[in-house]
Amino acid sequence: MSRIGVFVCHCGENISRTVDVERVAKEAGDIPGVAFSCDYKYMCSDPGQNLLKKAVADNNLDGVLVAACSPRMHEKTFRKAASAAGLNPYLCEMGNIREHCSWVHEDREEATAKASDIVKLMVERVKKGKSLAPITVPVTKKALVIGGGIAGIQAALDIADAGHQVVMVEREPSIGGHMAQLSETFPTLDCSQCIMTPKMVDVANHPNITLYTFAEIEKVEGYIGNFQVTVRKKARSVDESKCTGCGVCMTKCPKKKIPNEFDQGHGMRTAIYVPFPQAVPNTPVIDRQNCTMFQSGKCGVCQKVCGPGAVDFEQQDTLIVEPVGAIVVATGFKLYSIERQPEDSPIQGYGEFGYGTIPDIIDGMTFERLASASGPTGGKILRPSDGKEPKQVVFIQCVGSRAREKGISYCSKVCCMYTAKHTMLYHHKVHDGQAYVFYMDARTPGKGYDEFWRRAVEEEEAVYIRGMVSRMYQRGDKIVVMGSDTLVGVQVEIEADLVVMATAVQAQDGADLLAQKLGISYDKYNFYSEAHAKLKPVECATAGIYLAGACQGPKDIPDTVSQASAAAAKVMTLFAKDQLERDPVVAKVNEKYCVGCLACKKVCPYGAVEEREIRDRQGNLVKVVASVNPGVCGGCGTCQATCPSKSVELDGYTDEQIMAMIEAL
Amino acid sequence: MHAEKLQHDFEPKIVAFVCTWCTYAGADLAGTSRMQYPANVRVLKFPCTGRIDPVFILRAFQKGADGVLVSGCHPGDCHYMAGNFHARRRFAAFRALLGFVGVDLERLQFSWVSAAEGGKWVEVVTELTEKVRAMGPMKEFKALEDEEQWSGALNTPELREAFESIT
Repeated sequence: MSRIGVFVCHCGENISRTVDVERVAKEAGDIPGVAFSCDYKYMCSDPGQNLLKKAVADNNLDGVLVAACSPRMHEKTFRKAASAAGLNPYLCEMGNIREHCSWVHEDREEATAKASDIVKLMVERVKKGKSLAPITVPVTKKALVIGGGIAGIQAALDIADAGHQVVMVEREPSIGGHMAQLSETFPTLDCSQCIMTPKMVDVANHPNITLYTFAEIEKVEGYIGNFQVTVRKKARSVDESKCTGCGVCMTKCPKKKIPNEFDQGHGMRTAIYVPFPQAVPNTPVIDRQNCTMFQSGKCGVCQKVCGPGAVDFEQQDTLIVEPVGAIVVATGFKLYSIERQPEDSPIQGYGEFGYGTIPDIIDGMTFERLASASGPTGGKILRPSDGKEPKQVVFIQCVGSRAREKGISYCSKVCCMYTAKHTMLYHHKVHDGQAYVFYMDARTPGKGYDEFWRRAVEEEEAVYIRGMVSRMYQRGDKIVVMGSDTLVGVQVEIEADLVVMATAVQAQDGADLLAQKLGISYDKYNFYSEAHAKLKPVECATAGIYLAGACQGPKDIPDTVSQASAAAAKVMTLFAKDQLERDPVVAKVNEKYCVGCLACKKVCPYGAVEEREIRDRQGNLVKVVASVNPGVCGGCGTCQATCPSKSVELDGYTDEQIMAMIEAL
Repeated sequence: MHAEKLQHDFEPKIVAFVCTWCTYAGADLAGTSRMQYPANVRVLKFPCTGRIDPVFILRAFQKGADGVLVSGCHPGDCHYMAGNFHARRRFAAFRALLGFVGVDLERLQFSWVSAAEGGKWVEVVTELTEKVRAMGPMKEFKALEDEEQWSGALNTPELREAFESIT
């Protein structure tokens, strides 16, 4: 007969408001096998944990159930307490009577009955539980950083400076990300490239960082401390070991009129190119879609002029396998486009703004390039259609953001600040120009942010109009902006030379596909989900994977850098140990009953099942059975549900435990 | 502010088998967001829907469940890469079989609820509860409980007598 202790938590008032905790504790006491039950105001507090420890000792308990919040919240806390009291931590379970009961039901009677049922079920689970010993695995002290924007760069440098190896994988031909595109940054107006490029160079020169640019993640296997990552290095058509970065190939390339992605399509580049002059690495890449050699087989000028003979048209994609212990995901964001989207797309374009067909309606990133000294206009504010200096510029905030009818309900966080910055940059460059801003709310939380915004309004003469724009259309060489001023209560019409939209921050293209490879969760906007919104904002629910930057949600540069350093700190904490304890929830084979059909092997997603031959003393084969490698097993239990002879069992979720729980329904 | 509680003649028992990574976390999110749904559901947590043996569903019906919900990660989002695909195949076949033996398939629901879909969890649970409430209690399998180990119904006096003599 078991001797189980049941502890029912009030969680202050969170549980006791709707659940009669005293009754739950009393009813728990009547369950066969329960030797002790009580309720307490805060089980997770120090006195609460001491109460648990004391009860285990006084009543000689052999199992513990804490009915409180979600096990995702405090399972570790209570298992640690149980362990301190001399119990096996896996004989301590939690009944979720807060998230799954008191918070979601109002009726006290019903909620109490449900809480009692949850306790009943979970007591059965504890009764049939087994003592498990944690499995120790070695830690590969090498980190993978996915994405080479400011988030990835910061995380990689921090980890590498701590003395650990880092592999950085960047999809584009150069690292730098969006920050390299910016002209100046709020709230100090310092030049983005001036603070960014030294960091990029640091990454390239760091002895502990291996940099793969123009590369993507192909496959991720393994688990915390022991990932196997396959990186696809796309064919660059230029041998990085030979190229000196002289740039002759680019000056000689006959294809010169390809819109440059780095300049948002407003500058031109060649078919063999580096995205921008400060690119790291400074090795060109051939854009095979636009290269005459690849399209028609005739040209090869770059190969002829290349002194070191680095141009290689035959180059193929290569796959590189890297063993790593931790992964930092820093894939960043993309900007919303007002273009027409397919009917069934959850995100819609802006027909009222002409679906992006009016050339002088640009987005904020294009304005950054126009304002940047290294941009297509050399830092002059000139409008795209005719290259004239615009004298009336309208800025529109919240295009796409906070627009539920367009499919995005969140705030993109950075636009209020960068629009204020844009009005200043414009005012500094075009002294006789006038900037108008249509805004919903000016959201400026952050150090020095509100002061910055006030400066735009009070000193830099930007006219802020509270209201949204309903329509824009071309009239002659002007754009008519029709909107409303909701503070004055009048309709507004402005004839603008240039319109700059602060478009929404969205998750990067393919963010969902990468999440599926990594086995991490994401929300409906494809932003990655953290393990806990408040207490684990950097970790993913999948152990060993950490988030940095805007891949998790819109963030400005200071927040991104902070989070990247936090992710790096988490990785370093992990790497501080040589051995890692992992959850012993793994499958075991009962060799007596196993018939060796190996159905389990076929369904195992980890390849953890191997064949094992059982031989007698003479060496004759008796039978072949399945055998699970506990280091590789991920603990999903698919094998157990598949096994026809029920001879493989997942520790912690045995058939016996689950059946006992169902019996108690 | 609270709506007047409706009295129902019959409150069904709903059992939910969920995976810990997506649906359990989604249900947690519904809690953290203080959404409201019927208290009929009892949640059993599994590492993955791939772990869920169809026998558990039968057993739940036998032990008094009027409706069963199986919910895991969306296709492609499985924490274990492919567990939910195995589950989907398994339950597609199992569902057809249950239909064949005469179980009203409206009582058995499969769904995908991600960790970010607290609202969807509420919808799925509420919908199933209301549907099953309207259908009334599930009697077929509970009657079988008495006849466990028997392959047929006790439809003749001889069988009944034999059954009683051994119980």
